[in-house]
Amino acid sequence: MIAESGHYALVLALALALIQSTVPLIGARWRDVALMNVARSTALMQLLFVAASFVALVMLHVTSDFSVANVYENSHSLKPLIYKITGVWGNHEGSMLLWVSILALFGGLVAAFGNNLPLSLRAHVLAVQAWIASAFYLFILITSNPFLRIVNPPIEGRDLNPVLQDIGLAVHPPMLYLGYVGFSISFSFAVAALIEGRIDAAWARWVRPWTLVAWIFLTLGIAMGSYWAYYELGWGGWWFWDPVENASLMPWLAGTALLHSALVMEKRNALKVWTILLSILTFSLSLLGTFLVRSGVLTSVHAFATDPTRGVFILLILCVFIGGSLSLYAWRAPALKRGGLFAPISREGALVLNNLFLTTACATVFIGTLYPLALEVLTGDKISVGAPFFNLTFAPLFVPLMIAVPFGPLLAWKRGDLLGAAQRLTAAGLASLVAIALLWAWTRGGATLAPLAIGLAVFVIVGVLCDLAERTALLRIPLSISLRRARGLPRAVWGTAFAHAGLGVALIGIVCETTWNSEYIGAIKPGDLANVAGYQLKLDGLTQRQGPNFREMVAKFTVSRDGEKLSVMTPSKRNFTTRGSSTTEAALLTRGASQLYISLGDGSADGAIAVRIYHKPLVLLIWWGPVLMAFGGVLSLSDRRLRVGAPKPARATRTLQAAE
Amino acid sequence: MTRKQRRLTLICGALAVLAIAAGLVLNALRDSIVFFSTPSMVAEKHIGPGKRFRLGGLVQPGSLERGDNLAVSFSVADGTATLPVAYKGILPDLFREGQGVVAEGSLDASGVFRADTVLAKHDETYMPKDVADALKKQGHWKDDYGAKPSASAAPQPAQGAMR
Repeated sequence: MIAESGHYALVLALALALIQSTVPLIGARWRDVALMNVARSTALMQLLFVAASFVALVMLHVTSDFSVANVYENSHSLKPLIYKITGVWGNHEGSMLLWVSILALFGGLVAAFGNNLPLSLRAHVLAVQAWIASAFYLFILITSNPFLRIVNPPIEGRDLNPVLQDIGLAVHPPMLYLGYVGFSISFSFAVAALIEGRIDAAWARWVRPWTLVAWIFLTLGIAMGSYWAYYELGWGGWWFWDPVENASLMPWLAGTALLHSALVMEKRNALKVWTILLSILTFSLSLLGTFLVRSGVLTSVHAFATDPTRGVFILLILCVFIGGSLSLYAWRAPALKRGGLFAPISREGALVLNNLFLTTACATVFIGTLYPLALEVLTGDKISVGAPFFNLTFAPLFVPLMIAVPFGPLLAWKRGDLLGAAQRLTAAGLASLVAIALLWAWTRGGATLAPLAIGLAVFVIVGVLCDLAERTALLRIPLSISLRRARGLPRAVWGTAFAHAGLGVALIGIVCETTWNSEYIGAIKPGDLANVAGYQLKLDGLTQRQGPNFREMVAKFTVSRDGEKLSVMTPSKRNFTTRGSSTTEAALLTRGASQLYISLGDGSADGAIAVRIYHKPLVLLIWWGPVLMAFGGVLSLSDRRLRVGAPKPARATRTLQAAE
Repeated sequence: MTRKQRRLTLICGALAVLAIAAGLVLNALRDSIVFFSTPSMVAEKHIGPGKRFRLGGLVQPGSLERGDNLAVSFSVADGTATLPVAYKGILPDLFREGQGVVAEGSLDASGVFRADTVLAKHDETYMPKDVADALKKQGHWKDDYGAKPSASAAPQPAQGAMR
């Protein structure tokens, strides 16, 4: 009964989406307010029905109703409740349902809080949103219905892939989808602007908070995913340049560029056409990501639930939306009015440089991800493009970008003073040189690139501080006035500072982890000692334990340093009987920002067990960086300017345009 | 500067960055990509010692031997040819005899494949796509491989093969 209701709710949502994708457009053509307002109510109703459908699937999983194929294939009655719920989106059908639910959520938010949007713009945005929604409802209903029943219901389910039975899975995909799908709003706004043939600074003001929300979630989602891979896969790696990871990195790069170009558009009314293109590209890359992950064209660590017959359908959706929006762009964009002028050396110029490097970096990731596919289709040769490729292309492009980061906020709009900015960054430059010299002296003859990279990171971080000091006139006026000034700074300035500093922090983490990582791999017996980076780890013993749906072998290590006992670490190896597969649960010991990492291998006949022990210096900075960036995003989002929004734009714009 | 000059500066800058990026990409594609082979392709193509490639196939049942200090050796087979593989380290959770595997490394002078990475990116119903494709091409595909013990009503086209 629940399954049928869920299915029915999904069909109703499709019907509503079809109405929403046509009626408001007709209304906008006829200038009929009532018809345009249909968009609002249908968007809200659609959200209601999709939510009902999603809740139905969650209930089926929670109650372990194995007469439903999806539950049978991905659940088990003994599975802990939390994984019964997270297992809903640990498979293809469920994750697609989550995808459309989030799409409907964003549509509903625009409908509910978009009261200050011009009526026709809102109607267009929601109609475009409904086109996307309709396509994906059809996809789910035709090729991947999660509510299919089994004729002869089995007694027990096949259980969820053990690797996915982890709290990281509870958080990572929804976050990532909130990011991916959130960019659909800026896409819809861009297409609506193209249809209406009108775009102005007010448009950028509406788009920016939505883009920012999506970007914050995507940033956190990627960081979460990376941390999950780090502790769950047991290799101690946190980024593999795997196609699926690249699929989430590409929208992030394009989205970051979009955030910055929307800023130019909002403040200076320039770069309009480019911003529209970026909005389209960002969401297109999100769709591409969905395609890569869900169609099974790529094999990778993440491709847990894929099926090639579905690939063709998503490929069609991909072609229609990307091709359609780009054609619309080619047709309508030349008609858009050109915006403000600026000199190459200016805040705008710096933001253009940022966009240039981000999109180029995105393009290299794109090539590295799709080139093996294209080559296989064309020549049949199979190749793998791995980390070396990206280190040689992506990294060199990020270096000039990072050097430019501190300069941007110090340049004035319209025409900037590069020399002045450089003078104000003297402190940052000196700090970076000192850091390089110290590291060089300390490591003596070790890696040469690492101190330089850390110097760059220090330059970015201190550069941010220089900018803040400049704005608060620190040290030039009494401290109390400086503090008052600091409190008076717009939140967006603080947001920028945190986000840029986060970049530097993450870089330090990445460099330290890759350069000074020490590891011990070997077979040890109970009572044996292992020495890693000044820590002594003693294997006390191995014990067997029964978990809810697995058996595990737990190893107990006593960690000490200089004879002083620090802690006990218990890595384990779990054996899931239902699927006959095992997972490695790594044990982590955090010391400041560094971590000790133990994961277990196979045991041998003589009682020894293979272990990997890593000491990863400052590894946590890799994830603190993105968290700082996301925090900066939240601060920027709470800026008064964005909350107050852009009042009465329609009329104001018309006079503005007349004045041009 | 006029609007035209400014635009020209912008376009030149963009082209310069793109050219650098294209150079980087081409350079990296020449040096840092790795080809995929099966044991019989290795025999046909006479891949020389020292050249890095990815080897894929099934782990020959009964061939796994563990030596001292985590050294392991096993054979990778694709139905026509087998190739001995030597590896030092911890094998992935999903590594098992009779299952698909992908190893990266190069041949040594005596014709043993020295792997520095062993990947078993699959669960028990899944085989790496490279391996499945290569096996299918040679007609050694076992249809029952990874077949589900299921009474499921859901359409499951080519489950084991392509998942």
